[in-house]
Amino acid sequence: MSTLTPKERMAIPAQAMPEQDSVARRSNMEEVAQGYTAEQAKLEADRCLQCKNAPCISGCPVGIDIPGFIQAIAEGDNAKAIAVIKENSLLPAVCGRVCPQETQCQAPCTVGKALKSVEKAVSIGRLERYVADWERENGLIEAPVAKPPTGKKVGVVGTGPAGLTVAADIRREGHDVVLFEAFHKPGGVMIYGIPEFRLPKKIVQQEIDTLVAMGCKLETNFVVGRTRKIDDLLEHDGFDALFIGTGAGLPRFMNIEGENLVGVYSANEYLTRSNLMRAYDKGNAYTPIFESEKVAVLGGGNVAMDAARTAVRLGAKEVHLIYRRTEVEMPARVEEVHHAKEEGIVFHMLENAQRILSDERGWVAGIECLKYELGEPDDSGRRRPVEIPGSEFEIDVDTVIVAIGNDSNPLIRQTTPGLETNKWGNIVVDENGKSSLDKIYAGGDIVLGAATVILAMGEGRRAAAAINEMLAG
Amino acid sequence: MTSSTIYFKEQLSETVYLMRLEAPLIARERQPGQFIILQVDDELGERIPLTIADADPEEGSITIVFQVVGRTTELLAQLEVGHKVAALVGPLGTPTHIENLGSVVCVGGGIGIAPLHPIAKALKAAGNQVTIILGARNQELLILEEQMTDIADEIIICTDDGSYGRKALVTEPLAEVCARENKPSLAVCIGPPIMMKFCSSTTKEFDVPTVVSLNAIMVDGTGMCGGCRVTIGGETKFVCVDGPEFDGHLVDFDNLMIRLGSYKKQESNHVCRMEQYR
Ligand SMILES: Cc1cc2nc3c(=O)[nH]c(=O)nc-3n(C[C@H](O)[C@H](O)[C@H](O)COP(=O)(O)OP(=O)(O)OC[C@H]3O[C@@H](n4cnc5c(N)ncnc54)[C@H](O)[C@@H]3O)c2cc1C
Ligand SMILES: Cc1cc2nc3c(=O)[nH]c(=O)nc-3n(C[C@H](O)[C@H](O)[C@H](O)COP(=O)(O)OP(=O)(O)OC[C@H]3O[C@@H](n4cnc5c(N)ncnc54)[C@H](O)[C@@H]3O)c2cc1C
Ligand code: SF4
Ligand code: SF4
Ligand code: FES
Ligand SMILES: [Mg+2]
Repeated sequence: MSTLTPKERMAIPAQAMPEQDSVARRSNMEEVAQGYTAEQAKLEADRCLQCKNAPCISGCPVGIDIPGFIQAIAEGDNAKAIAVIKENSLLPAVCGRVCPQETQCQAPCTVGKALKSVEKAVSIGRLERYVADWERENGLIEAPVAKPPTGKKVGVVGTGPAGLTVAADIRREGHDVVLFEAFHKPGGVMIYGIPEFRLPKKIVQQEIDTLVAMGCKLETNFVVGRTRKIDDLLEHDGFDALFIGTGAGLPRFMNIEGENLVGVYSANEYLTRSNLMRAYDKGNAYTPIFESEKVAVLGGGNVAMDAARTAVRLGAKEVHLIYRRTEVEMPARVEEVHHAKEEGIVFHMLENAQRILSDERGWVAGIECLKYELGEPDDSGRRRPVEIPGSEFEIDVDTVIVAIGNDSNPLIRQTTPGLETNKWGNIVVDENGKSSLDKIYAGGDIVLGAATVILAMGEGRRAAAAINEMLAG
Repeated sequence: MTSSTIYFKEQLSETVYLMRLEAPLIARERQPGQFIILQVDDELGERIPLTIADADPEEGSITIVFQVVGRTTELLAQLEVGHKVAALVGPLGTPTHIENLGSVVCVGGGIGIAPLHPIAKALKAAGNQVTIILGARNQELLILEEQMTDIADEIIICTDDGSYGRKALVTEPLAEVCARENKPSLAVCIGPPIMMKFCSSTTKEFDVPTVVSLNAIMVDGTGMCGGCRVTIGGETKFVCVDGPEFDGHLVDFDNLMIRLGSYKKQESNHVCRMEQYR
């Protein structure tokens, strides 16, 4: 490694991710990005300059020693690379795939800066994925050994990335851990929301298997607040602490005319039917989903991309993505936008749905949109989209998927007196992730509002450390 | 809970079954008006909501009463005592608001008599004078008559074909009860949407506050998907968390009925296949 000069490193071309053909993948659910080969990983690792100040690390919400793990890959020591990553991240196979790297670790990368394009930064996420996959595919994942039993018991509500992280960190210290999940399968958004073609379910399942191997107990089909209330878990069921990681699962609608017609879905419903309930497996799954010809998806985030790309795979002939601002403001990951375009999704920028049109049966017959232009900057500094009067036009669709975001589910708040929440319904926590109530901690989307996997994981680690400390003291 | 054993099964009519299932946690917490979501198989099976018709916390069991209408209810009906359903989650939904209002009228139609039963029972226990009106297409389809008679201060039974009780739709005796000098303080009407729609317009004429229990199509049952949304007084509500009970005078029943037909095409594919097996 030391033989290359910085100049030579910068001359190595950024390694392209091998991908499934964009036509073939329109009709299957398999993963689109297929992962670096060993040669590519080595070449990409060689592009890293091993910067002394490592600006990339400050871009990673959990502070992974990025040059450290990349150097190990360059030296051919994958085992060391994964060990370095796991000091900070518990879900590298997931984060390597779904982190918005271009705005996080890869944004400040020196190589990208020097080449004047964040796309040419060192592909930190892909390398992270490469070593995580290497470990899993070679059967090398070992469940961490839990310390001797302490007799303490912690309940973890929700099995998304926040909950899974808390469970692992607390179980390691020898405490009993029980995970509660409302659905019949654990994994949170990683299972019900993010589709197979972006995050294969077997990867998430592996994480769950590891927790179970460590001795965590899993209670699926258990809705905290309904099956059992928070107070009862603490007062009657012997839990010494609880962590609430219930996510942001309450879909927002547009409140426009026609939103309750047949053929209008929230992205949550559409994706849950397809992913969790496996409606894409048409001959075998019992859960039905609309057989759409023409679909409009409203929104510009990852959720909107996932819904649009799922619609393509379910057989829609035309999929329109309608977003009020421009592509620059779109919150979706650049890679996903790129994939969506390759798959033939039609992007409508600076347009917004005004009402959904009905046929005589009460089914969706089209969507009326309005055109926008960019006006003055708003509070967030982004130029505010302003509607152009009289610019109405119609798009002929039979299905509308609303993907404009999620609020927090009120169930736990409503059934836990004294639990402080803010005006958006998010649980208020201190710098340790502790809520307004003793022994109750929270993290992930239920605290942050709809955020990211890595932030949920980071919050989980922080809360777990605080819980471990409380239980030790 | 994950996997629940069937303790008891009884066929109530040609297409209606009663089952008692293992569910200790749900039996402990449930209140009238709540429901569960059940999966016969949790790999490829769908999630279907069913009302908790009764519960026995000591045995750790709940009772469901269901009508075979399609693929999942058909599979459920084929299970026998000792078999298991793969998943059962609950209790879901906001419980019925029970208080002593003096006199109430409870109207149940068809399979709707099952969800009505725990509510009528609780209203009676709270001290109300309870009039019960039951309707069914014919005598053979009338369920839970004995249990309802036990609760009722007055019971009126109608069948569409006159094979039992009065030959009438439930709205007829409902109007009579509402027209009485001592009109009921509340009507609780549960049955097919079309029945609830006409019951609601009947009680509206007499200004009798009316509660209906809606059966929108559900997936998660916890407010996560919005698939169960209905229009109540011009506002969108989620049946699984805001309901299932709503003010009958505000419900947009036509939209509910249209949405219940969302998957008719996919479901009828299955019905065709069901016919082949017979
Ligand atoms: C379609 C989609 C695509 C996304 N794409 C990306 C991406 O590419 N990159 C990225 O970083 N982030 C992405 N996100 C966001 C990311 O998935 C979330 O920020 C993250 O999953 C939040 O984790 P969490 O642990 O807080 O909660 P969640 O993952 O939401 O998990 C919460 C869990 O709690 C359960 N639960 C809720 N209430 C209860 C209760 N009362 N009792 C028991 N269990 C309960 C839920 O069923 C769920 O399983 C995406 C989100 C969606 C919806
Ligand atoms: C809160 C609530 C309580 C209910 N309680 C009872 C009860 O106690 N007894 C009873 O017999 N039925 C009850 N139902 C209705 C029951 O859920 C449906 O009959 C059942 O889901 C039909 O499934 P299937 O596969 O057998 O039939 P399908 O052929 O798939 O469907 C037949 C019809 O049932 C409705 N339906 C289909 N899938 C669902 C779903 N996932 N959720 C809701 N409705 C659906 C649709 O209108 C459909 O046209 C209740 C529904 C709700 C929402
Ligand atoms: S966890 Fe995410 S942000 Fe951190 S290094 Fe990995 S890909 Fe980058
Ligand atoms: S900033 Fe880029 S080049 Fe520098 S150490 Fe980090 S990844 Fe390597
Ligand atoms: S069933 Fe999903 S929100 Fe009600
Ligand atoms: Mg069905």
